Amino acid sequence: MSKAGLAQFQQVFIEESLEGLDTMESSLLALDDGGDAELVHTIFRAAHSIKGGAATFGFPEMSSFTHEAESLLDEVRSGKRPIDASIIELMLRTVDCLRGMFARAQAGEPLNDAVAEGLRNELAAAMGRGTPVATTARRNVDQADAWTIRFRPHAGMLAGGNEPLRLIRELADLGELAVAPSLDALPAFAALEPTECHIGWTIELKGPVKRADIAGVFDWVEGECDLEIEAKHVVADIAPAAAPVAAPAAAPAPNVADAGTARAQREANAESSSVRVSIDKIDGLINLVGELVITQSMLDTFREGELDASRIAVLEQGLAQLARHTRELQESVMGIRLLPIASVFNRFPRMVRDISQKLGKQVKLELIGEQTELDKTVLEKIGDPMVHLVRNAIDHGLETPDKRRAAGKGDTGTLTLHASHRGGNVVVEVSDDGAGLNRDAIVAKAIQRGIITSAEGMSDDAVAELIFQPGFSTAAVTTDLSGRGVGMDVVRRNVSDLGGTVTIRSTQGKGSVFTITLPLTLAIIDGLTAAVGEERYIVPLVSIVESVQLKADAVRSVAGGGELFRFRGEYLPVIRLHDAFGCDGAIHAIDDGLMVVVEGDGARVGLFVDGLIGQQQAVVKSLEANYRRVQGVSGATILADGSVALIVDIAGLVRMQGRKKAA
Amino acid sequence: MSDNTRSEALQSQYLTVNLAHEEYGIDILAVREIRGWTPVTRIPQAPSYVLGVLNLRGAIVPVIDMRLRFGLEREAYGVTTVTVIITVAGRNFGVVVDAVSDVLDVEAGAIRPVPDMGTTVDTEYLKGLTSAGDRMVLLLDVDKLLQPQDAQMLEAALPAASDVKAVA
Repeated sequence: MSKAGLAQFQQVFIEESLEGLDTMESSLLALDDGGDAELVHTIFRAAHSIKGGAATFGFPEMSSFTHEAESLLDEVRSGKRPIDASIIELMLRTVDCLRGMFARAQAGEPLNDAVAEGLRNELAAAMGRGTPVATTARRNVDQADAWTIRFRPHAGMLAGGNEPLRLIRELADLGELAVAPSLDALPAFAALEPTECHIGWTIELKGPVKRADIAGVFDWVEGECDLEIEAKHVVADIAPAAAPVAAPAAAPAPNVADAGTARAQREANAESSSVRVSIDKIDGLINLVGELVITQSMLDTFREGELDASRIAVLEQGLAQLARHTRELQESVMGIRLLPIASVFNRFPRMVRDISQKLGKQVKLELIGEQTELDKTVLEKIGDPMVHLVRNAIDHGLETPDKRRAAGKGDTGTLTLHASHRGGNVVVEVSDDGAGLNRDAIVAKAIQRGIITSAEGMSDDAVAELIFQPGFSTAAVTTDLSGRGVGMDVVRRNVSDLGGTVTIRSTQGKGSVFTITLPLTLAIIDGLTAAVGEERYIVPLVSIVESVQLKADAVRSVAGGGELFRFRGEYLPVIRLHDAFGCDGAIHAIDDGLMVVVEGDGARVGLFVDGLIGQQQAVVKSLEANYRRVQGVSGATILADGSVALIVDIAGLVRMQGRKKAA
Repeated sequence: MSDNTRSEALQSQYLTVNLAHEEYGIDILAVREIRGWTPVTRIPQAPSYVLGVLNLRGAIVPVIDMRLRFGLEREAYGVTTVTVIITVAGRNFGVVVDAVSDVLDVEAGAIRPVPDMGTTVDTEYLKGLTSAGDRMVLLLDVDKLLQPQDAQMLEAALPAASDVKAVA
């Protein structure tokens, strides 16, 4: 197989294996909660597929590593070994380690590292054979310069699609072969069943080959054949010592040659992420396209002949149909990118288990609405903010069992992740029944950090908002879980980068609820078209608070060139869009234009434009694809007349303005 | 680009365009299409020679004025003014030129190095010159048109990755 061809399958293999690892992990966790024996089989199957695939697609290290785990699982599966917490723990770490290997495989780095090596020894130790010392001892027998392999397929091996000749050919790649068939089991001709395999082989392999490499060839047919691998010449003691010396000298050369390909490979991997789409969605799309073609051919008939009044009604109907199909098609195509949020939720059972054990807290995790779908891009980016919220909830929100008892609650705290659709948005709530926010602690901290000077007259909500301020962290002890002071402000920023919002509702003693509201998709936004001079800009609707017409004296200049205006009791800075973007022919007088109050990056500002023209849905197009990123602009869209309008990035504008002030 | 190496080895075709009474050749393999001049949408913080972006069947494509790019006088756009859409390394951009004139077959041996003076256009953006009859044609190195040093400097002046905004 060509290298490129193999790489293509490797990618598929890696994606499938990562799914397999997710299955393994969730099954292990279920097992930890007292699940049934069927789960062990599920885990075993997943491990087995990864092992076999890894050998086929050129990851021998991964294959041999998984083999250790599989052997252990096999003993559990066959009842030789009871499943206990230590095995589950070990297996979970194996899953993590394999994930690491896959990440390195994708990056084109060497697969093995110290963690993998250590874990491999632990797995071997758990099997009760071999300590690290023993493995070294074994390694000597692992290497020989001649082998005798007795390979006798079971009669049914061919039915599994395994071809003995392929295996022998693969062996031939390892070294010089001398193959002798043994026909002793061959039945009489009359009794010969052509679909069964009756021939065995004795293979002499010459060359410095490792046992693992030979075993790797037969990975797929394990259990379907009798296999003996025997070292004929154990390499003399001097040889293993010499080999490592020779290896580093030889190694750099191919590396240099491969560097270019490896890098190209890595880049290709970074870009070629894929989506799995259910066949129903595809069928739906095909149907819609069919309808569209019918409508089109119906409209096509109007090209011939006179367009008289009697046919206008038909034309109108056709156009209405076209509009409907286009909209449906648009929705369905967007639907392809929608995936259930379960893929994000699934990482939490493991995380919650680990963190709560570490902190000595008892936490029950409830997942609701896992089937809620949202855009793949949003999905990929929502993980980190949610991890943060969940960590915070366990670390700061939920109490230790004795504190909970003292507060009259059950020992076990509940953490709920709840996803649902609300209008055109997806709402994800992270709620806990812990201590809730401590108003006094937050106020004290905010004053200490200089965020506020006094909490006089601040509502509880306003106090709760303080935790989103940059540099705010209430944890008295900095742990590796949370409390590094890059907390909630980063969460809010990440979410607002996705066009969403985060709010908090908290009751002291009862718990807190963080609500993340996200757009269904990043590909289409609702926006208002703003005019500035001759130019048109789209302002995202989510960031608009309201728009007001101000009197000329409502805006005051302040030292340093900035402008402020009073809006509902606060002073907001003014960003004149024509200044920020350098537009010609725009309105400068405050009372002739319009002040749009917008919110971005946690700050409110007044955006001064000539006027607002109307609302429209904008399909977001990338400027970067052909040009580059432009500050204050999040993308472009195409207006009804075919011209391009830029979409204003409010958060970016606010940051731009902040820098201008600082400069 | 592999296209160039292949074409240089044998014979290649160049689209010739007019710019301030001089004739320039653009490797025809890089030319995606030629369209009449239509107004574009200006983009903020762009170098003066980047006129703006246009909608090329749903893709947002930047447009460069070649005259401004090479520091020539700006001239009013007329009926012959065209936008040549060029694809380099998977990226599209348009260049506005006074007119397109011809397609030229050029033998690899007929391309001579550019002397380091006497041309309006900085030799950095030229990969050679050739002649067609009694006319001289300067062959443009299209790879260098959109990624000039000044744009890179602008990019570097922008704040680091913390500001990177998600663009779908």
